[in-house]
Amino acid sequence: MKRGNVDLYTNAMVREVTTDGDGLATGVVYVNTLDMQEYHILGRTVVLGASACETARLLLNSKSNWYPDGLANGSGLIGRYLHDSTGAGRSAIVPALIDRDRYNEDGARGIHVYSPWWLDNSQLDFPRGYHLEFGGGMGMPLYGVGFGMDSMRQHITDEFGNPSKNGGYGTGLKKDIYKLYGSTIGVVGRGESIPQYSNYCEIDPDTVDKYGIPVLRFHYQWTEHELKQARHMQETFEELLTSLGGIPLGEKPGADSQYGLEAPGRIIHEVGTTRMGDDPGSSVLNKYAQAHECKNLFVVDAGQFVSQADKNPTWTIMALSWRTSDYILDQMKQGNL
Amino acid sequence: MNRREHLKLLLAGSVGAGLFLATGCSTKDEEISREILAQNELSYGRTDEEKQRDARLIEERFFTDIEFEMVRVLTEIIIPSDEESGGALDAGVPDFIEFMMKDQPQLQLVTRGGLMWLNSQCNTRFGSQFLDCSEYQRLEMIDEIAWPDEFAPEMQYGVRFFNRMRDLTATGFFTSQIGIEYLDYRGNRPGFWDGVPEDVLEKHGLEYDQKTLDECIREEDRNRIAVWDENMNLL
Ligand SMILES: Cc1cc2nc3c(=O)[nH]c(=O)nc-3n(C[C@H](O)[C@H](O)[C@H](O)COP(=O)(O)OP(=O)(O)OC[C@H]3O[C@@H](n4cnc5c(N)ncnc54)[C@H](O)[C@@H]3O)c2cc1C
Repeated sequence: MKRGNVDLYTNAMVREVTTDGDGLATGVVYVNTLDMQEYHILGRTVVLGASACETARLLLNSKSNWYPDGLANGSGLIGRYLHDSTGAGRSAIVPALIDRDRYNEDGARGIHVYSPWWLDNSQLDFPRGYHLEFGGGMGMPLYGVGFGMDSMRQHITDEFGNPSKNGGYGTGLKKDIYKLYGSTIGVVGRGESIPQYSNYCEIDPDTVDKYGIPVLRFHYQWTEHELKQARHMQETFEELLTSLGGIPLGEKPGADSQYGLEAPGRIIHEVGTTRMGDDPGSSVLNKYAQAHECKNLFVVDAGQFVSQADKNPTWTIMALSWRTSDYILDQMKQGNL
Repeated sequence: MNRREHLKLLLAGSVGAGLFLATGCSTKDEEISREILAQNELSYGRTDEEKQRDARLIEERFFTDIEFEMVRVLTEIIIPSDEESGGALDAGVPDFIEFMMKDQPQLQLVTRGGLMWLNSQCNTRFGSQFLDCSEYQRLEMIDEIAWPDEFAPEMQYGVRFFNRMRDLTATGFFTSQIGIEYLDYRGNRPGFWDGVPEDVLEKHGLEYDQKTLDECIREEDRNRIAVWDENMNLL
């Protein structure tokens, strides 16, 4: 690899992508966060990798005569089909693990239990599916260790089988925390949600950030697919936790709490705002993540995802950016860019 | 080792005696490492903005002297020193709680209000503030709010306050050196991790199945490096 060919601009908050009279991208305008002045850098191609929502924001904020609704937004789809993974969880105390021998358990955390996909999804009453992740063990004590003794001490019994009283103070409390350490386990489900046109982010006309750049606002509702999935997850959690002898903690989340389904955005796998596809009417980017309407504009973050399975997105983002990079090089060599 | 190598090792997270055993460091090496750790105690890996924020939080005082004294008394009631270990005061828990008030400002009002509530309860009951009560009176008051499954309805606020103080005290204590030692947290150790120790498995009536044992690395195979033939088949 040759060195010295990259100019890296740091402390640069990009506000918009600029275009010329032919609708081609010419560069970006950014605010230098140190001197708070605006600058313009020019480039032969513009590649956005600002993360799914921020890229949508940049494009929607890049309006011109050529692109009155935002750059490359002829389809009106920028910001649409925003989606996150589903997530729900449950934990339990396992009496067999109370007051157990100490040893190094940091070598054996949740990743040692592999559960990539739960059941055959042709048998389920919702589309797609989810995987499970497990947690627990005698991990490093962090903020939060020892919390909740107002409801957890009752699980400790003395040699006559009498349970401790919840709450309290003193040496007895300290001893019970010792015994409870490493005796709870948690299961979380992470699943695939169904991308919806009606779930989207858009520019909030009322609000700007401290650089004066308009910010996004979000419209996102889970549908019955995700609710059924979460209900199924809760059944699975309870079955797993009780069959290994655990006592599930708290109430089992029901319909009134959307079966414990986390709010959209909580799993932090936001994707899909500049989806790819062959048809410029129903997608923003082509299969190389090149904007249909602006051939020297590319998006290499998760905006291009059409769906995201149940998995975490980073590796796919990297693989797709690699492919896009190869394509850009190839197109430059051919003189198309 | 030079400073750079030291830093690399420290960054890898394996600080402590085990490190020196594992890498065969000299006493001089050990000294340099301690020095680097000491210089970076509160600021390692922080940006300038974060360092400034930390410095500001540490400098600010939230509790008044009287409030802080009440916190000291309460934490030592919750986790006292006993024959097995030091208690909340030895572990520096009151300073931790002072820090948390600034780190999570939503705790400020409820904690200050709770301390005031406690004082007014003691005033009504015993005619003196919490700190001026006898030890016996203090405990009589605490017993009204320390047991969340059985309390008089008018004590509800106090129970919530005390639950929160119990949480903060416990977590402050068990994340301190004294608490971690009492908890007997083992942590990751350099060397070979060979699964759950045999005697522990036995106690729980469990054993590893043969498939797992076959798939897991054996200590004697640890430093073998994978080799592939020209067709990328693993040899
Ligand atoms: C706490 C957390 C845990 C996660 N865990 C996992 C995990 O275990 N596995 C996994 O696969 N995924 C995980 N994710 C998701 C994953 O991190 C993201 O999906 C991924 O990093 C997105 O990559 P990206 O390159 O699109 O965007 P980012 O990694 O967000 O990079 C965008 C970059 O653009 C910069 N930027 C943004 N706006 C501007 C602007 N206007 N001007 C200039 N620069 C700008 C940002 O500073 C940033 O450096 C996690 C996310 C979070 C928040």
